[in-house]
Amino acid sequence: VSLNTPHIDWFGLSPVLTLTGAAFLALLCAVLVPRRHRRITGAFFSFAGFTAGLVLAIWLYVDSPNGHTIAAGAFYRDRWTALGQIILFSVGLATTLLGVEHMPGWGRGADRERRDDHIAEFFALLLASAAGMAFFVGAANLITLFLSLEWFSIALYVMCAIDYDLEGSLEAGLKYLIVGSFGAATLLFGSALVYGATGQVSFDGIAHAIATQELTGNALLVLGLALMIAGLSFKMSAAPFHMWTPDVYEGAPTTVTAWMSSATKVAALLLTFRVMTTAFPQNQHLWGWAFAIIATISLAIGNFAALVQKNVKRILAYSAIAQAGFMLIGLSTGSALGARALMYYLIPYSAAAFGSFAIVAARERELGVPVTLENLAGFGWERPFLGVAMWFFVFAFAGLPLGGGFVGKFYVFAAAYDHGWVWLVIVGVLATLVSLYYYLGIVRAMYMRPAEELQVQPGGGVAVSGGAPAPEALLQVAVGAALAVSVGSLFAVEPLIDLAKHAASALPL
Amino acid sequence: MSAGSLTSILIWLPIGGALLIWLLPLSRYATGSLALLFSFAEVGFWIEQLTRFDFSRSGLQMSERANWFGDLGVSYHVGVYGFSLWLVGLTVVVMAACTGYGFWVGRDRPRAYFGLMLLLTGATVGVFESQDLLLFYAFFEAMLIPLYVLIGVWGGARRLEATVKFVIYTMAGSLLMLAAVVVYGLQAGTFDLVDGPASASRWLFLGFMVAFVIKAPLFPFHGWLPDAYREAPPEISAVLSGVIAKAGLYGMLRIAITKFPEPTSFYRTAILTLAAASLIYGSLLAFRSPDFRGVVAYSSLAQSGLIALGLFAGTDLGFDGAVLQMVAHGLVSASLFLLAGVVERRTTTGEFRLLGGMARGRPALATLLMTVGVISLAVPGSSMFAGEFLILAGVFQRAWFWAAIGAVGIVLAAMYMLRLISAVLHEARGPTVVDEALDLRPGELALVVPLVGVLLALSVWPAGISHHSFAPDSPTSAVRSGFK
Repeated sequence: VSLNTPHIDWFGLSPVLTLTGAAFLALLCAVLVPRRHRRITGAFFSFAGFTAGLVLAIWLYVDSPNGHTIAAGAFYRDRWTALGQIILFSVGLATTLLGVEHMPGWGRGADRERRDDHIAEFFALLLASAAGMAFFVGAANLITLFLSLEWFSIALYVMCAIDYDLEGSLEAGLKYLIVGSFGAATLLFGSALVYGATGQVSFDGIAHAIATQELTGNALLVLGLALMIAGLSFKMSAAPFHMWTPDVYEGAPTTVTAWMSSATKVAALLLTFRVMTTAFPQNQHLWGWAFAIIATISLAIGNFAALVQKNVKRILAYSAIAQAGFMLIGLSTGSALGARALMYYLIPYSAAAFGSFAIVAARERELGVPVTLENLAGFGWERPFLGVAMWFFVFAFAGLPLGGGFVGKFYVFAAAYDHGWVWLVIVGVLATLVSLYYYLGIVRAMYMRPAEELQVQPGGGVAVSGGAPAPEALLQVAVGAALAVSVGSLFAVEPLIDLAKHAASALPL
Repeated sequence: MSAGSLTSILIWLPIGGALLIWLLPLSRYATGSLALLFSFAEVGFWIEQLTRFDFSRSGLQMSERANWFGDLGVSYHVGVYGFSLWLVGLTVVVMAACTGYGFWVGRDRPRAYFGLMLLLTGATVGVFESQDLLLFYAFFEAMLIPLYVLIGVWGGARRLEATVKFVIYTMAGSLLMLAAVVVYGLQAGTFDLVDGPASASRWLFLGFMVAFVIKAPLFPFHGWLPDAYREAPPEISAVLSGVIAKAGLYGMLRIAITKFPEPTSFYRTAILTLAAASLIYGSLLAFRSPDFRGVVAYSSLAQSGLIALGLFAGTDLGFDGAVLQMVAHGLVSASLFLLAGVVERRTTTGEFRLLGGMARGRPALATLLMTVGVISLAVPGSSMFAGEFLILAGVFQRAWFWAAIGAVGIVLAAMYMLRLISAVLHEARGPTVVDEALDLRPGELALVVPLVGVLLALSVWPAGISHHSFAPDSPTSAVRSGFK
């Protein structure tokens, strides 16, 4: 019996395979390495895996100026994929650094004796979810799309719940599992309808079938498209599919939240842009409007809900919903400028999102209780570097010219105007104005309130583990790197936009 | 050193200084000295720029240009015109005096404080030198960030409300400006201010103007002003009213009037009305104000109105007078706020009912406050008189009644300023004024006397500014040509 196997471009898949391999090694640590060495060994495999993946992704970016599908049309080897992977793996590296000191979380109820029990599994899951996302951004047909979505989602469900000593962690994992599965099911159902209407699974094939068979207005196709949009919106936590976001972001260990808030968004938005422009170019009048409306709702709900929050992780969660709205403005245009805007925006965004949660993690460790606006009092003066970094991150979110967030916002507004949607520019401007109140509220809490207002005794989380607090050198390095990216992207706009432009040239725009 | 890099140095030197101060773990004294050194270097570089500037040539000078992001036509483009040169000078001089004041009073957390002051200097100079719309916008916003923290951390008891109000007001304006910037730039295909064409869009004009009238501010957009000016530390109030407010007025001149000639004439009457209302209303509020800083704050509102009157008169005299008045009033209000701070330090209050009789035994304070006060009420021969006269003459050419309203405003200025002087210096001695309250110390004199000296120099030779802002063209033709 001869089995017909397709030709596989192993190099094109190498970043994903490297990370999967590293995940296996990290998982083996959990079994084979004695507990006291697990943390360092697991972190080593994670670091090595992400570094190797990063090198391979950069190599692929350089080596793939003409995008094409590999593995029998299942996966795109092009610069859009490669640049997405570069961003993802950079965040993964930073998350590794954060995880070494801050996994599991530092809640007061936590059992310090068992701190290292599941640390190797954490790194294995981190690598596995990153591999899934790296595969997701390059998915070229409906099957790989769904497969990779479940791949990284399942890893994330477990990561949310991994810290069962932490209050709310298990709940967060369960919530995410249920809502996320619902989203995945919606996506799957939509994909099935699209397949039913077109008889194709590959993105190119769908577009071809829609064009040649004049299926643009086909009810089955439109319904399938709508369900796919809903399913993908769950993953990028865009309103009105955002309900899980604040609870999960708040309950999950902060390291995991930092990873989810930046990486999941990168993967989901880049993939959505690709699916929409590659598979449904004929239906742009539909999905363009759909995403413009979802963007508007996200901006409204995210910003207004954040105004009344007291818990900093919840504020940042709602801010993540609002940020998804800004990026969806770029996505909804479906233009080359929109693609550049989205890709550029993701770079400072992912840095600021990761960095801001990392700083929350540092404060959590100091206090041993959830970080609220109240107990941020005096933080800016006690930890000058982290305080200034937080300052830069929230101002980058707000689009003030202290970082690339400013240029990113400018770009998405330019894309919306270029598309003829002045109203969307106005919506974005008003949303920014509302968002200033809570972003500045964080700065106010850190700097303008005296430390005497602090209601809790600092050092709770650390005191339980006994002895002097271990230095947070790795966290500082990770935050410093995020700060450098966030600020550097303001000055290096041209080179980054060139990268984004080359990446976007892989899409049929 | 090329002339263009001199322009860039004026922006980036203080920003680099801020980073240096944040990174170096210096003592309080060393930090303040270093910041002051940077401020003086800034003044030095500005004098160098002034001597190299060629007033017999029209158009942009000492420019520098580099690509920022080319696909949308955004560049780093800086340069100076005559009038922007004077405003840069105002910025560096006032900022140096205010940094010195912060050093003198020994602000807490010196590294944060002086770093932010230098950052503010760089951003403000950037506003006056940018020749690219997005760059202008970036600096315009960037001014807000240090101001927010400076008021919020070192301000008075009600500082938190004041900062929220201040930021929300100004950001509401500037975000509408961002929308206008995007639309203007994409329509024109370039964001360059020199190359960019004139536009006839009234919506865009209003988008820009709303940012500028809030920053200036003009009635009825001045809601943030009384709180911010009262709650900020005195040297920050001096910066706000002396320099930051002028950025709004500068924006009207450089962008709104220049790039939108048709909407400017369409809305001229409306804006002149707002300006006249600000002048009268601000003056009346200043007259009714129960405290030192309140008087100066509302008089700044009135003066912004007067300057806007000159700008939107659209005549040669109006433009010349407006630029002169921006500089003169910037120096006057900065000196007055610093003197307010000096008085508050001695008496713990600025309220008139608790002050009085401070002239006795404090000749230096009395002389300086008197001198600045008299210049500020535009006594003939003073620099403020020259500016106000030019503005009134300019707006008279537009229609006589604008000048009549302006003249009423000047009478009111005399009323509130004389009230301020007598309430602080004369009358019966107030309960908070104790004998131990000293006269101005040498350090304080060193801050205020130079400002007053510049004012006196301008009184002697106001044409130094009014004839050297738009030379060699007439102001209206320079504006009409878009400062090409």
